[in-house]
Amino acid sequence: MTNPHAVLATAAMIASIVVTATAGDILTASAMRQVGDLDVIRRRSGIPGAAVAVITNGRFGLGVVCLALSFFSLLFAFSHRDLSLIGPAATSLTFVTNALAAKFFLRENVDRRRWSAAIFVCVGVALLAF
Amino acid sequence: MTLRRYLVLAVITLTASCGDTFLSRGMKSLGPVSLAHPAELIHAIFSPWVAAGIVLLVGFFASYLTALSWADLTYVLPASSLGYVIMTLLAKFWLGERVSTLRWLGVVFITAGVGFVTRGPSYTDHSAAAGAELSAEIENAEPESAASHADGVRR
Repeated sequence: MTNPHAVLATAAMIASIVVTATAGDILTASAMRQVGDLDVIRRRSGIPGAAVAVITNGRFGLGVVCLALSFFSLLFAFSHRDLSLIGPAATSLTFVTNALAAKFFLRENVDRRRWSAAIFVCVGVALLAF
Repeated sequence: MTLRRYLVLAVITLTASCGDTFLSRGMKSLGPVSLAHPAELIHAIFSPWVAAGIVLLVGFFASYLTALSWADLTYVLPASSLGYVIMTLLAKFWLGERVSTLRWLGVVFITAGVGFVTRGPSYTDHSAAAGAELSAEIENAEPESAASHADGVRR
C-alpha cells in the first residue's frame, strides 16, 4: 500500500474507529461505575433488574451510540482492508487513547504496571500489522 | 478476583476475537462497500457470517459490561487482549492470511502485557481514595487546630 491516497484513506478509517471506540468505552465504563456491581444487582433483582439498571442509564445510551458508530466504521474498513491490518492498528491505538481517557475522565489509578501493560499490548498489536 | 470473574474475561476474549473474524469473513464475501451506497452496510448485517459475528459480539458486550461493573477499563482491556492472539491464529489458519515473524513477536508482546496487568489490582476504589484524602486533610488540619486551641488557652 504505497499510494498516498490509499494510506490517507486507511488512516482516516482507523482514526474514525479509534475516536468513536474510545468515546464509547469511556461512556459505558462510566455508566457501569454509576450502576454498580452487576453480580450484586442480579442477585437482588434478577437478570431483568440488572438489564433495566443498565439500559436506563443515560451515559450507557450515549456510549452505545458511539460504539455503534465505531462498529459501522469497522465494517466499512473491513470491506476495504485486511482484518490483520485494521484490527491490530485500530485496537492498538485505542489502548493508548483509552488509558489516557480513563486516567483523566474516569480518574482510574493508571499506575506503572497498567501503563506498561497498555504499551506492551499496544506495541504487540501494532506488530500484528506487519 | 474469583474464578468466575476470570471466566468472564475468557468469554470476552473468545467472543470478541471470533466475532471480529466472522465479520471480516462476511464482509470479504460481500465485496467492498462504496461510500456512495452506505445502505449496503445495513444489507450486510443480514448476511449469515456478519449476523453470526453480531450474535457473538452481543455476547461479548454483555460480558464486557459485567466486567466493567467490577473492574477498571484499564484492567479489562489489556486483560482480555489475548483475543488478538486468537484473532491472528484464526486469520492465518482459517482466512489464509500471511502471518510474519514480526506478527508472532507481536503475539509475545501482547501475552507479556496481559501478564503485567493481571498481577495487579483490578479496581480503583474511589470511596477508599476519597477516604484516604479526607484522613490526610484531617491529619494536616490537626496540628493547626491543636495550635489554635493552645493559643485560645493562652489567651
